[in-house]
Amino acid sequence: MGLMDLFKKKNSGDVAKDRLKLLLVSDRANCSPEMMEMIKNDIIEVISKYMDIDTDSLNIQITETESDSNNGTVPALYANIPIKDMKHRQQR
Amino acid sequence: MSEVIVITSGKGGVGKTTTTANVGTGLAQLNKKVIMIDTDIGLRNLDVVMGLENRIVYNLVDVIEGKCRIKQALIKDKKYQDLCLLPSAQTRDKDSVTPEQMVALIEELRQDFDYILLDCPAGIEQGFKNAIAGADRALVVTTPEVSAIRDADRIIGLLESNEMKKIDLVVNRVRMDMVKRGDMMKVADVCDILAVNLIGAVPDDEQIVISTNQGEPLVGSSCPAGQAYANISRRIAGEEVPFLDLEEKQGVFSKLKGLFSKN
Repeated sequence: MGLMDLFKKKNSGDVAKDRLKLLLVSDRANCSPEMMEMIKNDIIEVISKYMDIDTDSLNIQITETESDSNNGTVPALYANIPIKDMKHRQQR
Repeated sequence: MSEVIVITSGKGGVGKTTTTANVGTGLAQLNKKVIMIDTDIGLRNLDVVMGLENRIVYNLVDVIEGKCRIKQALIKDKKYQDLCLLPSAQTRDKDSVTPEQMVALIEELRQDFDYILLDCPAGIEQGFKNAIAGADRALVVTTPEVSAIRDADRIIGLLESNEMKKIDLVVNRVRMDMVKRGDMMKVADVCDILAVNLIGAVPDDEQIVISTNQGEPLVGSSCPAGQAYANISRRIAGEEVPFLDLEEKQGVFSKLKGLFSKN
C-alpha cells in the first residue's frame, strides 16, 4: 500500500454502511442464487435473439439506484451484458 | 391496559437479555407492575442476569404443561415488589412450547401486569415464533456492526410480515470514540439503514459487565448505560425523553485542551 492510499482510504464505518446498504437490498429482494441464475439465463436467451453476446462474462446483480420521482433510492436490477457481435441486428 | 413487548435481535450476544433485565427493572422503578418471561428454552440466562438463579422452583414449561400454577413459578425480584420473573426451562427443548400456548399464557398474565416483557432467543426458529406470537410491540436490539444489523433487518422483515404493530430499535454498545474516528457506524446511519424508529442508544459501558457479574441491573444508576436504559424505560412508558448526548464527559483539563487546540 502506497502513501497515497493512506489518505484515500475510507473510514471503516463508511465502508460498513455502504456494504450493508447493498447487502440489505439483495436480502430484502429475497432473490435466491437459483432465481438469479434463472433470470440470467432468460436474459441471455432473449438478448441472443438480436445480438451475439458474451454469455460467460455476463453479470447481473441487485443493487439500488436513485429514484426519479421521490428523493431516495429504489432497488434495481443491474445487468452488464458484453456484446460480441451486432450481426444479428443487421439481419433484421 | 397491559402491553406485551418482545425483545429480539436475530443475532446472539448483542444484549437482548441485558436489555430485558434493565428495561424490566427500569419500568418497575416507574412503579409499573412488570413480568419478564425468559422464552429461551434450553439456554436460560435472564435469571442469572437478574441474580435470581437460586430461587427457581418451577419454570415456563412447567406452567404450560400444567404442572404448577402460574403464581407458583413466578419469582419476585430482590428489590422491587412489583417485578417478577418467569424463568425458562434449562433441560427441555424449544419444541416443548407452541405459539398458541404462549398466547394463552400471556392473555392470562395481562390481568395482573402493566408490562409483560419477553426475552426472545437468538435465531428465527421455533423459539422466536413462540416469543413474538403474543406480543403487541417489539424492541429490536442491534449493535453498530454489519452482522448484527443484517440480522436485525431480517428480524424486522419477519416482524412486519407477522403484523407486529410497533417496532422500535435499540442500538447497543455504541463506542463514541470509534464513531468519532469514523471506525464505527453512527446511530443515525444504523436507523437510516434499518428504517425503524429509534427508542434509545446504549453506550458500550464496562459497568454492564460488572452489573451482570453481580446480578443486579444497573438501570437508573449514574453510569452512561444506566442512564440510557432509564431513558428507554421512560420512553416505553410513554414519556417524551430527549436523547442522551453520548459524547464522553470531559474533565476540566481536556476541555481546556480542547479550547486551545481549536485555535
